[in-house]
Amino acid sequence: MEPEREALEAYWKKNLTLIVILLAIWFTFGFIVPYFLGPWLNQFTFLGGPLGFWVAQNGSIYVFWILILVYALQMNRLDQRFGVRE
Amino acid sequence: MSLQIWILLAVVLTFGLYIGIAIWARVSTTKGFYVAGQGVPPFFNGMATAGDWMSAASFISMSGLIAFLGFDGAMYLLGWTGGYVLLAVLLAPYLRKFGRFTVPAFIGDRYYSSTARVVAALCAVAVSFTYVAGQMRGAGIVFSRFLEIPIGWGVVVGMAMVAFYAVLGGMKGITYTQVAQYAILITAFIIPAVGISLELTGSPVPQVAFPQVAAQLDLIIEDLGFGAYTSPFTNLSQLDVILITMALMCGTAGLPHVIIRFYTTRTVRGARWTGVFALFFIALLYTTAPAVAVFAKFNLVETVVGEPYEERPEWFRTWEDTGLLEFRDKNADGIIDFAPGAMRDPASDNELFVDPDIIVLANPEIANLPDWVIAIVVAGGLAAALSTASGLLLVIASSLSHDIFKTYIRPKASEREELLVARGAMLGAVALAGILGVYPPAFVGEVVAFAFGLAAASFFPAIVLGIFDPRTTREGAITGMLAGITFTAFYIITVAPGIGIGWDPWFFGISPQGIGTVGMLLSFVLTVVVSRLTPPPPPEIQGLVERIRYPRGSGAAIDH
Repeated sequence: MEPEREALEAYWKKNLTLIVILLAIWFTFGFIVPYFLGPWLNQFTFLGGPLGFWVAQNGSIYVFWILILVYALQMNRLDQRFGVRE
Repeated sequence: MSLQIWILLAVVLTFGLYIGIAIWARVSTTKGFYVAGQGVPPFFNGMATAGDWMSAASFISMSGLIAFLGFDGAMYLLGWTGGYVLLAVLLAPYLRKFGRFTVPAFIGDRYYSSTARVVAALCAVAVSFTYVAGQMRGAGIVFSRFLEIPIGWGVVVGMAMVAFYAVLGGMKGITYTQVAQYAILITAFIIPAVGISLELTGSPVPQVAFPQVAAQLDLIIEDLGFGAYTSPFTNLSQLDVILITMALMCGTAGLPHVIIRFYTTRTVRGARWTGVFALFFIALLYTTAPAVAVFAKFNLVETVVGEPYEERPEWFRTWEDTGLLEFRDKNADGIIDFAPGAMRDPASDNELFVDPDIIVLANPEIANLPDWVIAIVVAGGLAAALSTASGLLLVIASSLSHDIFKTYIRPKASEREELLVARGAMLGAVALAGILGVYPPAFVGEVVAFAFGLAAASFFPAIVLGIFDPRTTREGAITGMLAGITFTAFYIITVAPGIGIGWDPWFFGISPQGIGTVGMLLSFVLTVVVSRLTPPPPPEIQGLVERIRYPRGSGAAIDH
């Protein structure tokens, strides 16, 4: 395999790994934490209210934003490292 | 100054601003019309995406729905924000690299098939059109309540506005108008929330204040016989909440008017940053919405429940006139009783009916905020409805003129002819949507959520597999899209109340709002299976799929 091709495949693999990790966190905070752990988390208090409720209606949204930010930062770095940046 | 004058002033000033921007950003090329010449910086593009995305459903309806659903209302909050994660990591950068003007054009090229392109164009028109009709209705409700004109005229005024700047400006005009509309709608949403937050808790940050108010609300409404506001699955089953969340997320990532926004940046990097900015601006509203819901419900039960009807506040009277708020003194004691169950159900002790759609609009009045705040909220509601309507109209226009007219009917059409068709299609769609806004079929409000289910079941699998699985064939994609949208539409038509047949939910008791998730899974499975059973895509297509993995050389979007 020519070297450039190998580099491109490595780039794509890294991208896929990042996507899998981010989507696992997305699924955890989009579904597992609010809808499965929510009732249990409600016994704890956060900002004066039940924690499970806060995560479902506010906390997970902050996590989603961080995920998108991390993806943009990481991918822009990868683009540069592998020389595929425009 | 009276409330009427404040409102008139707010509406005239904001609309004047939109028109000014539309004139300033006039375009004369198809590229400028469809993708704003790709000269929009990510910060503004993210803001425009947020304005485009947050419709009358987000601004006017959602907080009210959450106020009545309690914890379960999280499905709207998570569904309509979590979809951006899918969009940002699975779709946006690759679609930008692929570089076509429209989603159907991507489908047509990737699946080397004009049939696929037509199927996608028709799906896009169907999804966008049902969505736009709801926006027109939303604008009509706002106008008619506050300007005290019949709802029909409210819709007509809204139609005229949208037609004017969308037709004149195209994507460039729409983009910068949406930036202005976002600024207005977010201000309008946050000012009353901050005001009420200060009143109730002394904290100016609604996001920080609302959990403690929710805990107090729990105590009050449990006394009235309701389930706790902060307890999950008191109104919907766990399965339904999960499926609806998923349908809204994948629908978000499949809606053509959202996807197209990522084409308007210059680079793949720009497309990624657009996602970051877009969700930031969206989250400002979406993290405030649950606070608005809690505050409104708290104020509602505190100010009217258990009070004598004769001493009801002024806002109660004005909303009673619209029929969206109603009191029926079942036990004839003159006291407003609030209890579980529907007011119209004689078996329930509940005497109060509040349409969820009035919560955001009535909230400043309930909290006794000054008139100018109410005027800003009105302007914000209109901005939300009109900015989304214009984005949707653009998709309808581009599908009809670019994907169907230019590709099939007259491939040799000049730019001028194509633009003429696009503008004609927009005008036609505005008129038709306006008629639906004036004479709504009973279901227009619900259809906004159904549009997401339809998008999730048709576009999402075809696009994701088209990007990540080079083996996906045109036969697989067409089968998947058609099966997904047909199954979902059939279920909605047979089950959704107020639409028609009124069957019981015949698929595991799933509600019609959540069925899009099942339709999407069906579409994924069929697309993959049929693709493996049919001849692989031609080598140049497989090469194309590989090239979109790497940002370098994305160039300009190709007019294809």
